[in-house]
Amino acid sequence: MTKERLIVETNTTPALPRFVKLRHDKGRDRWIMLAPERILTPDPIAVEVLNLCDGVKTVGEISGHLAEIYNAPTEVIEKDIKTMLQDLADKGFLIS
Amino acid sequence: MIEAGDNNSADLCAVAPMGLLAELTHRCPLQCPYCSNPTELERSSGELSTEDWARVFKEAGELGILQTHLSGGEPTVRKDLEEILKAAVDAGIYTNLITAGVLLSRERLEGLVDIGLDHVQLSVQHVDAKLADKIAGFKGGYSKKLELAKWVKELGLPLTVNSPMHRHNVEYLEEIIEFAVKLGAERLEVAHIQYYGWAFENRHTLIPTKEQVYRNADTVDEARERLKGIMSIDFVVPDYYAVRPKPCMGGWGSSFMTISPTGKVLPCHAAASIKGLEFENVKDRHLRDIWLHSSSFNKYRGTDYLPDPCKSCEFREVDFGGCRCQAFMFTGDAKNTDPACSKSSFHKDLLEIAERESKLEPKEFLYRKFTKQQQPAE
Repeated sequence: MTKERLIVETNTTPALPRFVKLRHDKGRDRWIMLAPERILTPDPIAVEVLNLCDGVKTVGEISGHLAEIYNAPTEVIEKDIKTMLQDLADKGFLIS
Repeated sequence: MIEAGDNNSADLCAVAPMGLLAELTHRCPLQCPYCSNPTELERSSGELSTEDWARVFKEAGELGILQTHLSGGEPTVRKDLEEILKAAVDAGIYTNLITAGVLLSRERLEGLVDIGLDHVQLSVQHVDAKLADKIAGFKGGYSKKLELAKWVKELGLPLTVNSPMHRHNVEYLEEIIEFAVKLGAERLEVAHIQYYGWAFENRHTLIPTKEQVYRNADTVDEARERLKGIMSIDFVVPDYYAVRPKPCMGGWGSSFMTISPTGKVLPCHAAASIKGLEFENVKDRHLRDIWLHSSSFNKYRGTDYLPDPCKSCEFREVDFGGCRCQAFMFTGDAKNTDPACSKSSFHKDLLEIAERESKLEPKEFLYRKFTKQQQPAE
């Protein structure tokens, strides 16, 4: 099998792989991502993005949706989201 | 998790542990001469029961543990691994099976996946089958491991390949990286052996040269860049060639605990090597009470107890003075600065030992095994 690096583009439909679990850590009142030998603590905005990563919506759609909610330019939001998701992809925690 | 309304929940959670290494047994078909188990292995007759482990995982989940490593010895030796795993899954804990991979059938692995196993970490001693089997002291192990790796991927689980590094495989790092990529591993751990316990006994035969270790570091840098998004690589140098000590366990009693096969709760898996420390048992006390109140956890918590050079060091809150076990081993007092730190007066000795021993002719391995008195019951 040859795996390739996922490059996050506007039309990418991102999702978390089955083995990465996004859940609320009730005791510490924060969101966490559980992965092999790793515990990540995404900030509230990242959590909002990750909850929209369902493998159906594109990065462009997710950005548009959040741009509307936060009344911010889509290009700015999309740039930030791409950076964040590319970082996750490079850690092996994002699929498409 | 601690329920809302519990007055102490914030305090407790501020210090609650996140990781639990569950050493389900010290029995293992492999005999790697650098095994991280203590040289005094615990016998099977004293092992915790299924019910004990089930209760422990319930308590662990309530305490805030998020991840567990089901390890050993070889955890699949336990016939009740399924029930133990289920208890961890039911407690909402992310589960990692650390296995030698030579005893598992596909059917059993499938069952574990169905229960909710999240991740498999497979040890691979070498990329050369003959050498791999020689290091592990187990014939035919290598081919069984390959088979297991294939099943793990077929069943859709993430795979970590763990190849502990030492003099007998240090020149094969590039091959090991390629091998792990071909297996489809998401992660590769190529941590150099640290010289405690069994590895300490075999140090003269296992320790590589400084040049070899530094070349490894370059190889890893190059591979990480090339394999971005394909496979991540964890690399650790031997303490003997380090300049700064590792922040062992992220600080003693700060986020991690180990439970031994007989139920002893340890701040780290090697902590029993520190003479004079007393460990409490999950059979006697709730895990939360042990974590918060036991003398072994409290003794080296924080940094206030550290003497100089740590006391006045700017890195005190970064590395917490390094490893207590190594400090004890070399200075006779676990409070002292880990000699892996260049500021320790013992640091020169460490480097001198490593440079001398790495050039010695290797001897026969002293394999990890139970002594006659410790022979596990069949």
